[in-house]
Amino acid sequence: MIAESQSTPSTARATAPALEIHDMTVAYHRKPVLWDIDLAVPEGKLVGIVGPNGAGKTTLIKAVLGLLPLASGKVLIYGKPYDEQRSLIGYVPQRESVDWDFPVTVNDVVLMGTYGRVGWIWRPGAAEREIAERCLAQVGMSDFANRQIRQLSGGQQQRVFLARALAQDAMIYFMDEPFSGVDAATEAAIIELLQKLRSAGKTVFVVHHDLQTVRSYFDYVILLNMRLVAYGPTETTFTPANLHKTYGGRLTILDEAAEAVRKREPIR
Amino acid sequence: MIAASITTNVMLGTALLGATAGVIGTFAVLRRRALVSDMLSHAALPGICVAFLITQSRDLLTLSLGALASGLAGIAVMTVLRRWTRTKEDAAIGIVLSTFFGAGVVLLSIIQQQPTGNQAGLHSYLFGETAGITRRDVQLIAGVAVLCLIVVSLLYKEFKLLSFDPDFATAQGWPTLRLDLWMMGTLAIVTIVGLPICGVILMAALVIIPGAAARFWTDRLGRMLVIAALAGASAGGLGTFLASPLPQRLFGTDLLDATKLPPGPLIVLTAAVFFLISLLFAPQRGIVARAVAELRLRVRIAREHLLRALYELSEPQQPQRPYIDRDQLLAQRHWSEWLLNWWLGRLAARGYLELDDHRVRLTAAGFAAAADVTRTHRLWELFLVESAGIASDHVDRDADDVEHMLPAPLIRDLEERLAGAGRLPTAPQRVPGSPHELL
Repeated sequence: MIAESQSTPSTARATAPALEIHDMTVAYHRKPVLWDIDLAVPEGKLVGIVGPNGAGKTTLIKAVLGLLPLASGKVLIYGKPYDEQRSLIGYVPQRESVDWDFPVTVNDVVLMGTYGRVGWIWRPGAAEREIAERCLAQVGMSDFANRQIRQLSGGQQQRVFLARALAQDAMIYFMDEPFSGVDAATEAAIIELLQKLRSAGKTVFVVHHDLQTVRSYFDYVILLNMRLVAYGPTETTFTPANLHKTYGGRLTILDEAAEAVRKREPIR
Repeated sequence: MIAASITTNVMLGTALLGATAGVIGTFAVLRRRALVSDMLSHAALPGICVAFLITQSRDLLTLSLGALASGLAGIAVMTVLRRWTRTKEDAAIGIVLSTFFGAGVVLLSIIQQQPTGNQAGLHSYLFGETAGITRRDVQLIAGVAVLCLIVVSLLYKEFKLLSFDPDFATAQGWPTLRLDLWMMGTLAIVTIVGLPICGVILMAALVIIPGAAARFWTDRLGRMLVIAALAGASAGGLGTFLASPLPQRLFGTDLLDATKLPPGPLIVLTAAVFFLISLLFAPQRGIVARAVAELRLRVRIAREHLLRALYELSEPQQPQRPYIDRDQLLAQRHWSEWLLNWWLGRLAARGYLELDDHRVRLTAAGFAAAADVTRTHRLWELFLVESAGIASDHVDRDADDVEHMLPAPLIRDLEERLAGAGRLPTAPQRVPGSPHELL
């Protein structure tokens, strides 16, 4: 259930990694897009997820969050299955994933982050409103609380999504391209926020496109191209050799294998 | 007397149903699932006929259960078509809707040929009717409507989240599949229960139109639901009223032969009138409001152009405010003499201008306004030249388009930037020189 699992991570937390992925394979319409991912990420790190288009970065996040079924493998959050640990997770989806003409205000959207702790049927109360207010202030959007979300710029919309994730009061955050289409000021604000989260002991996964900034932004990096190319501390992992392996053309063999699997049954 | 009171009951029942249809329909419209209710109602027809063939009874509950069964079967077939074949959703809806409806019409004519068929009067399910509705039917309809309203108001927060961002809802731990079933189930039940009054062909309109109309009036989901409920209730109630013998008795007119006119079309047309009113007259989103806003902007732009022309023509002799020939003004821009004179008259009425037959002169207030307008124009030009790298002989035209819409904070920001770069004159000369030659 949603409301009752608001407790802090159990004693297992002291030892278990924040996120463990074992042998995970994900398929869209029977066509595998991620093969055999194995990962263990310690707590309190900023982790960049990097790879070319179609490498499966969003798929990785969605599979971990249970938005896509796993063809095989398992995901553990602080040593426990995801379903038991949902309240520890904060999510910032891609900005384009929702209809920004939806009739809600900025404040409404941020309040959605608190729905988990509110639970079934009850409405957000004074405590939740306070949380939402604080989170909006953290992303510098307090003045926009009563705006309809369509009236915001791209960067402002991204900040609203961040505030909603903050309102989830999570231990681990997954952010899908939070820097896409934002202005320089917003990018700087987001980075500052990520660093604050890290100093509070949170773990943050960020799908990231700009290779220039990977070294300065992230402690750990996941290099992805349909399979895990490399994973580890940015210092030692984000090397020209690994980048070449990640971006040096699609892995045609994996592509062809996936295509073959898909074609085997014309009616899926 | 009895007929009148049952009609009143039906009206109240339909109004309640319309309110619920508006509320649940709002969610369907927001999720772009509006056509689901259309498919459901059409697909319900064979179920109604089969239920009658089996039980030989016209009981509303029995027929509704049949309708629900075949409506859901329609949704199942559509889902299978969409997910396991290459048929796209709109095509799948079209195929299922017409096939099920066709089967229903065939079954209807089979029933018609039976000895009991004529009394069954199942044809009224096509466009709806009020005459055959019993008090018990009204109670059933009203009861279902109230139950569905309760479900939606309890799950308001969950439905809102599900409609806006289903992925986020799933990640947060909500059982989105089950919530979706609750939402679509409520939609299905409201649609089915309205069939005897609105008919299978038009019931969907009562679900779709109120929500679509409500969107014009507000940017808040809560208010939108209330407006949709009111629109649905009025459409249901008013449409039923128009289709009853009541207006004939009240107004003594038989413009519409109400006894022959089914309520379905009248309900839909009433709803359509609400939609039309919303489309035209809603604040901000309505066509009239948008046209007025556009006109206001044009008027402001024209006024600002004139003020700037006046400022620039008097610029060489400032700080005096010289007299300017109308002919000189006329040469500045492409405006007709008539329009220019009309504008000059308006500015004079505002106290911005002194006029005589051939000449005009800015008053002190007019000069201040003209200086402001020119200042904004030149700030924007300077910005375009310095920061955006646009050639100075191109900049006048570009500045023209945008400068009239610049919000105050942005102008302040511009001032700060240009002042920081030492490009702004200090007081008392507030207006910077033009970055290009004035013609």
